Amino acid sequence: MTKRTRNWLLLAPAGTWFLVMLIIPLTVVFIFSFGERASSGGVELALTLEQYTNLPARWAAFKNTMTLAPLGTMAALLIAYPLAYFLAVKTTPRWKTILLVLVIVPFWTSILIRSYAWIFLLGGRGIPALFEWVGIEGLRLINTPFAVLVGIIYGYLPLMVFPIYVSLDKLDKRLLEASSDLGAKPWKTFLQITLPLSVPGIATGCMLVFILLMGEYLIPALLGGGKVFFVGNALVDLFLQSRNWAYGSAVAVTLVVVMLITVTIYMRLISRLGASREDVSIM
Amino acid sequence: MTKTIDHISKKEFMEKLESYRKGSITRRHFLNVTGLGAAAAVMGASVPGLRPQPAYAGDIGDRVVLATWPNYHDLANFDAFTEATGAHVQVNVFGSNEEMLAKLQAGATGWDVYVPTNYTFEDYVKEDLIEPLDTSMLPNYDASAFDARYAEAGSVNGKLYGVPKNWGSTGMAVNTKHNGGNAISSWREFFDITMGKFSGRTIVHDYQLTTIGSALNAFGYSFNSVDEKELADAEKLLIDVKPHLFAITSDYQPGMRNGDAWLTICWSGDGKQLNTDIPEIAYVLGKEGGEIWSDYWAIPKSSERKAAAYALINFMLDPNVNVKEVLAHGYPTADSRTYDQLPEELKNDPIIFPAQELLSPLEFGAAVTLTDPNRAELMARFKSA
Repeated sequence: MTKRTRNWLLLAPAGTWFLVMLIIPLTVVFIFSFGERASSGGVELALTLEQYTNLPARWAAFKNTMTLAPLGTMAALLIAYPLAYFLAVKTTPRWKTILLVLVIVPFWTSILIRSYAWIFLLGGRGIPALFEWVGIEGLRLINTPFAVLVGIIYGYLPLMVFPIYVSLDKLDKRLLEASSDLGAKPWKTFLQITLPLSVPGIATGCMLVFILLMGEYLIPALLGGGKVFFVGNALVDLFLQSRNWAYGSAVAVTLVVVMLITVTIYMRLISRLGASREDVSIM
Repeated sequence: MTKTIDHISKKEFMEKLESYRKGSITRRHFLNVTGLGAAAAVMGASVPGLRPQPAYAGDIGDRVVLATWPNYHDLANFDAFTEATGAHVQVNVFGSNEEMLAKLQAGATGWDVYVPTNYTFEDYVKEDLIEPLDTSMLPNYDASAFDARYAEAGSVNGKLYGVPKNWGSTGMAVNTKHNGGNAISSWREFFDITMGKFSGRTIVHDYQLTTIGSALNAFGYSFNSVDEKELADAEKLLIDVKPHLFAITSDYQPGMRNGDAWLTICWSGDGKQLNTDIPEIAYVLGKEGGEIWSDYWAIPKSSERKAAAYALINFMLDPNVNVKEVLAHGYPTADSRTYDQLPEELKNDPIIFPAQELLSPLEFGAAVTLTDPNRAELMARFKSA
């Protein structure tokens, strides 16, 4: 067997998977997006831009997604970084294992069930009742953008913690000593050494969380009460309620395009940041 | 079933035996009508070796998948079915007929039994998604026992596709505690109070038929309207009211029960359940009108466990089982055999059996609303607004 055939053979499973599960479905969705809604639902192939000209009717869904996804990513980052730093740098090996397990434990339960728990926590008899008890009345949490944000941070935090933890854990501690020997204050060491060296982890974590959030459906559906709508929810509605596959496909294609643009800009920024430090690259 | 079979003459018995031999009735129908089934069941219950489980299990498989609405069954009946047949009932809950239709249109769902509403049958038949029912597989089905009003939509072009499950109305449930002890009486008031002192406390369904229908009713239009101008009015009202809503969901009992929501579009059985547990929650019909509906037991064409599907429907049609369903969910049945067994206080319950003059302005959902692209898009636009 030549090296060439062996390479092809090894790539075949992943290649087939991508073709069947990604390329073909995407092509179908793309073709559908130029079609029309069939009279009793579904799609009738055509060549019209009508679905795309209707996109403004889903502006609110795009706006919600494009504000809450970056906001959720940033919030998750701000909470995850100190946690990852603490885990990687400040804990003894024995505690490290225990704490890492604690970060993973929530994943043992389905996100559906965990989000349901938040319905009760944020509902009138949960946290607002506690506030009422200390005299703050009329607090509404459930079915608000805030509730969705809380759900997002809660659900995606571990995905942010781990990449950052890994990059901080690999950090050569001698660099920190050297920095301090040369007279740098701790915060300066952090800004000049620790933070730049953890950029790959930050980049990976943000990317993972952001991309998943752009397609989020469950958390807004449960904690937004059908009022805080993401593009994912609009898609489910178009396919499963109004049965307008053509319009749904156009919205899906648009989401993919928006995502490609955002992620490309993001990668550019990161690699420019990395260009100034040869050791930084995104995973 | 036992009620009707106490007495059977020798002649009838011999006729039934003959029919059974020729194969025109099933063994179970034979056992039921002759009373031998009841006798066997009594013996079976007391003699472990005679329990029907093993005999059935081979016949219908180990499970049956039911697609249904929220809060719509006595779960103990499912356990009883499993006990009797060995088949486990797997329940999927949905919020609207449109969602069910979309799933069936998209391809294999794995469902064996579902519970479509009157206005959907024409389309299910047209799209060839629904199985015509073989009544010989449903010995507990007795067409003459059903009120035609709630049974007729189950037949299309003279063929039977659905047997009546329950009927009911779509009105509103209001927590009167927050309105000085008063209920409200019209859909206009429903939307006005939502934009006023009930702001942030109202739920509308995630369901085009009832949510758009109620908004149409508020203007005095037909619940089923597909007129563009009337729909535009309804849309404007819904968009105006949206910031004041607590949620858009068809599963509104949790919100009403924990006190977060004070007012909701409500199906009569949910209204009964809420009112029973929390008396200050009243169920009322909008005076402009609203929906009267009838749900049916039906089998999707794609079902791969049809024997189990028939067994479950037949089991639920047994008046002794059905009466427990009604007691659990509070939706009336069109089956006179079951009605006769209901306790008097339920027969006189104003939520379950509203007075005729309250029912008369109500409309059955029209088939056109199911597939009307404008209503579908209006609902989707309202939700993503």
